This record gives sequence, C-alpha cells and structure tokens, in this order.
Amino acid sequence: MLRSPILIRISHSIITLFAMSIAVFLGVYALGNPVDLLINPQANQIERAQMITQLGIDQSLWVQYQRFLSAALHGNWGTSFVSNTSAWSLIIERLPATVELALCAMCIAIIIGLPLGLIAGLHPSRWYSRLIMNGSILGFSLPTFWVGLMLIMMFSVWLGWLPSSGRGTTTNTLGIPLSITTIDGLMHLILPAINLALFKLSLLVRLTQSSTTLAMLEDYVRYARAKGLTERTIIFKHVLPNIAPPIITIIGLELGGLIAFAIVTESVFSWPGMGKLLIESINMLDRPVIVAYLMMIVSLFIAINLIVDTVLIMINPRLRKQAPSLQSSLA
Amino acid sequence: MKIISQISQQLTGIVTISLSLSLCLCLTSLSLSAATELRIGLSGEVTSLDPHHLASQPNLTVARHVFESLVDVDTQNRLIPGLALSWRAIDPHTWEFKLRKGVAFHDGSPFTAQDAEFSLQRPLQLKSPSGGFAAYVRAIASIRIIDTHTLQIKTKSPYGALPEDLNSILIVSKKHAVNANTDDFDSGRAMVGTGPYQFVRYQRGDRLELSRFLGWWGNPPAHDKVTLRIVPSDPSRTAGLLAAELDMIEHVPSADIKKLSKNNQLKVIQATSWRTILLHLDQYRSPSPYITDLNGSLLSKNPLQDKRVRQALSLAINRLAITERIMEGLGMPAINFVSPPSFGYQTILKPETFDPSAAKQLLTEAGYPNGFQLTLSGPNNRYINDDQILQAVAQFWTRVGVRTTVEALPMSTLLNKVRKEETTITLLGWGSFAADLSIRSLIATTNSEKGYGAWNWGRYSNSKVDQLMTTALSTIDRTKREALAREASILAIQDVAIIPLHHQVVSWGMRSGLSYTPRTDEFTLAQHVSIR
Repeated sequence: MLRSPILIRISHSIITLFAMSIAVFLGVYALGNPVDLLINPQANQIERAQMITQLGIDQSLWVQYQRFLSAALHGNWGTSFVSNTSAWSLIIERLPATVELALCAMCIAIIIGLPLGLIAGLHPSRWYSRLIMNGSILGFSLPTFWVGLMLIMMFSVWLGWLPSSGRGTTTNTLGIPLSITTIDGLMHLILPAINLALFKLSLLVRLTQSSTTLAMLEDYVRYARAKGLTERTIIFKHVLPNIAPPIITIIGLELGGLIAFAIVTESVFSWPGMGKLLIESINMLDRPVIVAYLMMIVSLFIAINLIVDTVLIMINPRLRKQAPSLQSSLA
Repeated sequence: MKIISQISQQLTGIVTISLSLSLCLCLTSLSLSAATELRIGLSGEVTSLDPHHLASQPNLTVARHVFESLVDVDTQNRLIPGLALSWRAIDPHTWEFKLRKGVAFHDGSPFTAQDAEFSLQRPLQLKSPSGGFAAYVRAIASIRIIDTHTLQIKTKSPYGALPEDLNSILIVSKKHAVNANTDDFDSGRAMVGTGPYQFVRYQRGDRLELSRFLGWWGNPPAHDKVTLRIVPSDPSRTAGLLAAELDMIEHVPSADIKKLSKNNQLKVIQATSWRTILLHLDQYRSPSPYITDLNGSLLSKNPLQDKRVRQALSLAINRLAITERIMEGLGMPAINFVSPPSFGYQTILKPETFDPSAAKQLLTEAGYPNGFQLTLSGPNNRYINDDQILQAVAQFWTRVGVRTTVEALPMSTLLNKVRKEETTITLLGWGSFAADLSIRSLIATTNSEKGYGAWNWGRYSNSKVDQLMTTALSTIDRTKREALAREASILAIQDVAIIPLHHQVVSWGMRSGLSYTPRTDEFTLAQHVSIR
C-alpha cells in the first residue's frame, strides 16, 4: 500500500531529470561557441580548428548530447574547459562553502524571523508590530546586491569590524572545510549570511505573523483561554504546533533555493561558493560546468520534492489511497 | 511581554558576542600587518595554476610569481633577460639562448637547459583542450641542448619574433612536471618554479598564498608573504582596499579613482596599457548585408570599401571627448595598433583631430551626401566603459549623417555574431608586444594556412602591408625589423585599415606606503612591489 505511490514518484522524478537534461543541454548549447572566448588571441586558424575538434563542439547537437548522456550515466559530468578538471569535482569542492552560508543564513532567518513574526501576530496593533511589518517590507524590496554593498560600507569600511570578502580561515571538520569553526572564518561569514538571510527573514516574519493572527482567532484558542490557561501555555503548547507545518515546509523549500541561488551574495562578498562558480562559468561559457551545476540543482529540487511527498504520504493516511496525480507537487 | 524580554536578552547576547569577536579580529589584523605581508586583490578569475593550460591574463599573473620565462618584459613592454641571459640569431633559422647560471628551483635542484627544453615542448604535448600556448611555440622546428646552459632553437622559417613569443612560455621543473596534469599544479605538487615566490596554499576561486623563495637569484622582494585574493567584483575590490583588508588592487573601477586618490592613506598609479581599442570595418562584401540607405533599403555597394568613407568615419570621432569624459582619463587617443612604449610604435602620424565638416565633405565626395545607416556592434562587459564608447561613437557618426544603431552585447554573444558574419563595424581591444605581431593578427589578409588575419574581422586586405609585415617578422635584426614594422603600420593607418580609438590606461590602487612601477602589460606582480 505504502510503496507503490512512492515508486511512482521516483519514476516521475527520473523522467523529469531526463527531460531537464535535454532542456539544460539545449539552453547551454544556445549560449554559443566558447572557443573564441577561451582561445589565445595569438592562435591562428589551424590552432582554432584543432581546439574545436578537441572540445568536441564540431559535432552535431545530437551527437554532443548522446556523448554527454552516456558519459553522465557513467558518472562522468565532463571536464571543465577552463580548469581542465572534472566539472563534478569543481562543484563538489565549492559545495561546503555554499551549504555553510545557506544554513547560517537560514538559522539567522529562523532565529530572528520566527519570534518577530510571532510578536507581530500576537499584538498586531502595537507600534513595534507595525515597525516589524514595515521593516519586513524593506527586507523584501531592497535589492540583495545593494544591501550587500551597504553592509560592506558600514561594517567593513566605516566601522572596520568585519571583513568584506572571502571565506577566511577554514578547518577541516570530518573532511569538510568549514569556516564556522574558526573565529576568523566566523567573522567572514557574518556579513554574507546576514545579506542572504534578509529576504528569507522577511518572508518568515510575514508568514509567521499571518499564521499567528489567524490561529489566535481559532476556537481552540478561545477554549484554552476559557479553560484558564496562561497566555504562555496557549502560545507555546497550542498555537506554535498548529502553525508550524506550513512554516517548516517553506523553510525546507527555501533552503533549497538558498543553496541553489546564493549567486548575488556570493559575487558581492567574493564568497568562493557554487554560485560564484556558476557566474564564472557562464562568463567563460564553460559548458560542462554549467550543465553539471544545473543538473545538480535540478536533482536537488527533485530530491527535496520527493522527500516532502514521501513524508506527506507517510504522515497522512488519506494520501496513500489517492491517485498520485492529486498529490501536491512543488516546483 | 515576557517573550519580548527573552528575545531582547538573546539579541543583546548576540550583539555582545559579535562585538567581542570583532575586537579579536582587530587585534589579530594589527599583529599581522606588522609582518611584511602583502595582500593583493586581483580582478580576474584564475581558472588553473597550470602555466601552460589557458592563455589568460589572470592565470599568467598568478603563474608569474612562481615561474619565470626565458625572456622577461620590463614595465615599458620591452624585452629584458629573464632565465636567459642573452639570445642571438646565429643564422636566419637558429636562435641561441644563453641561460642564467646558478638558478635553483624551489626544491633546490638547479635549473638547466633540460627544464627549458621540456617547458617549450610541453604546450604541444598537453592532451587537454589547451587554451593555446601552442601559438607561442609553433614557429619552433627543433630544440638542441648544446650544454647545460645553452640552447639552440631552430625555427621553421626565419622568425624575428621568437623572443617575444617565448616571454609567454613559463619554465617549469622537468622533474616535477613531466607527468603532471592540471590537477597536480592546482594541488601544488607540480608548482615548483624558479620564481621569487613559492607555493603555499591555493583555494580555488578565493586565494593563492605564497611565501618568499630564499634561494631566488634576483634581488629579494620586499614582502615575505603574499596573498593573491581573487575579487572580480569591482565595488568589493575597492571596499577591500578601503577596509584595509587588501594592500593593493588592480583595475581600479573608473568611478572610484577620484575617491581613492583623495584618501591620504591610499594612492592610485596609472600607465598606458598595451591594450588598444579599435573598430573593424566590413570591407570584404559588397553589398554589405546590414548597410542601408536612410529609408532602410540595402545599399547596392558597400561604402566601407571606399577609403574616403573610412577616413570620414575616423575624422568624425572626437577621441579626446571619449578619453576625457567617458573614460575619465583612462584612455589616450590612438592612431597606432600598439601602445606608445611598444616595439614598432610610429610617431610620424598623429591621432586624427576631430573634424566633422571634413568628414561630411569626404562623405559627399564619396557619393553619400545624405549619409546611410549601419549598426555598430561591440561588447558591453569586456573593456573599460565599452558600451558607453559605442554610444558615443554612434552619436558622432549620426551627427555627420551616418545614422548608427548600437548593438552592445556580452563578449560571448558578440563573438558568435562575428563568426556568423552578422556584424558590420565591430569594436575590439587588442594587446601586443609589437606592431608586426598586431598586424599579423588584425590587418593581414586572412589566410588559414599561414595563420594570418585570425582576428581580421573586417577582412581588410593589402598585399603591400602583408609583404612588409612578413618581411618584418622574418627579420632577425631588431632595428631593421622595427623600421619595417613601422612602415607597415604607416601604410595600414593611411589606408584606414581599421579605426583605432584609444589606448587604455591601466590603474592600480594601493596603500601610500607601497610603491609599484605601473606596467604597460597590465601585470600585477608582487615581486616588484616595494615598501617606501
């Protein structure tokens, strides 16, 4: 009973992955020929022709795709044109920096966003609630790169408290280079993490506020009050658990977004993560890296959806009997 | 209310922690600045440490700290001895290089002719899709080791520009590089050179840490420790310098130059770069598919094949306005294809003075009193203020009747349009050591077999220029060669083969306590940074 819907999900995921590989490959192919960007200006026409053959881009689109697909099925995502090393290892090398940054940003967003949203939801008419809500509008609407530059001007240039760019000292923790383990690394992490967190923080404030406002009007809150429970017990024992599920779902999905698209923050703070790698690769038309990165992101989102669906199926008995097409699907 | 107080307590806690942390940082940075450490912000993305993989300025910048070439270049773009003490042609086909004695690699082993031979052969042996260092060794037919410190190089035909070409080939240690691939260089295993700095640590996309090599043959550089930080974002590089996290940055954004110059703790230095910004004009097809009359119908003849029209277009451009207003001083009006200090720069012809009425006159004489319409294409992410330059040129031309539409594209897209022959007039930047080398790539008649005119987008063709260039390149005597290169340049300039706009000015920002002689070739090299 339980297995078949999940199996169907998995097969859907594989089909999606396959379809995406075609879309990604076509898109990257349309970006154009990388040879003229990469080639030594002093090279002559013969050397240019050799380079085109070596890179395999003289073949038809179909042949190139076949080569890519068969290599990818063998676990080889191609070799970066500019770095001459495996595209996959380039991405994996940058993964810890991005994940660390995204997780820190998410923690900041949760630690600050949830309580603020809760406060604004509980006391909607107070001045500080209005301040919080107006502040969250700012957080939504200010462009990330501008906020990033302002943070640098303020905390690095004027106050001189925090470093403006780079990752600082890293130590290997369980074989993964982390900056959060050293003070220098932590100092480097603060500004980009705040910059990246700002948008998600505002999102969480607004989400928590509206959920709380709605929950406080529910009958169970009224009964709890009639029962004589303290406000504290009502909030922590009854309201929070009720508003938690949608917030947790959103946090999960937004985390995927943070990992995949921390590009602007990484560029402004020269954070050596995957987003910066993607920008560099697009600038140099380093096709294998662009394709591998996009495929990894597609897989990441498919995996998140698969997990979310699986959890929903396991939690909610009603879903087990329904046709899979009726179940939630998130892009 | 209790919740709020709890939160505010937490918040105060966080603020206190961050304050104390920042104090720690201030203390550590103070103690570090006492040592002779130099932190440089580089503007370009370093893709690999392998000095023979991709011929890009950022990769070479990094590699030139660890490796050296046989022939070095001074700040004025002129050749000076590097690992080779001297070189001369013993016959028209053979160059002899006397290598420097007593030079050691970072592992202590001596540098010999074996290493030089290996390094000159490696670009051709690399199985990887190389960015084409092969271009610099293609003239070599064979290499002969005479003794441990003498090398004879035979060229396929008489070739005077071999020393220039060899400047780009860095010498690696044969012992460490013989089976090394790109990954071995990136991990540091094969990063054994003879240069002033030794490899310490490399974090891709972030930084390369170097330490002074005590056994270097030259005068010891001023700084013990060098960190090359990769900061491609312009505002971040400036902020890093202002925040004292970087001691020196390259390519100061033109908008920040004034601000940095006014700061007493900082200074900005500049030099004319070897990069010349120029326009290629479609001269190979008639009619030219995108040149129309004012009503939009195709012109039956390509007006750009008429020298008077090309001259008119050149005269109509106010180069001073571009260099002074748009470039804010970061440019110098050009008529040559190489920048002032370079080999073969001619001074007989001066940059064209802005003369719109003469331009109109020439257009009328050529039979276009009412002008025509065309599109000016160029990159918008490659050269200093490139898109604004395109806009300005278009306005100047429109003013004399040549109604010009601007097409500013990312370099990658532009190059594809050029290859599909979809552009009419195209902006390009070019850097070269010598005028004859520039002409070979930009102006010589396109010839795939000989490898001439690979970047001659307008396919200008003039057999006299070709002949002079070929003779210049095969002339070993440098004085004679330079005279020939100048003659070829003058001929091509007079015929308006291309329209040079300006030579870029390159700038560095640094602490006022440091000093650096600005380099025409734009390289940022820590070994030449001294403490005043």
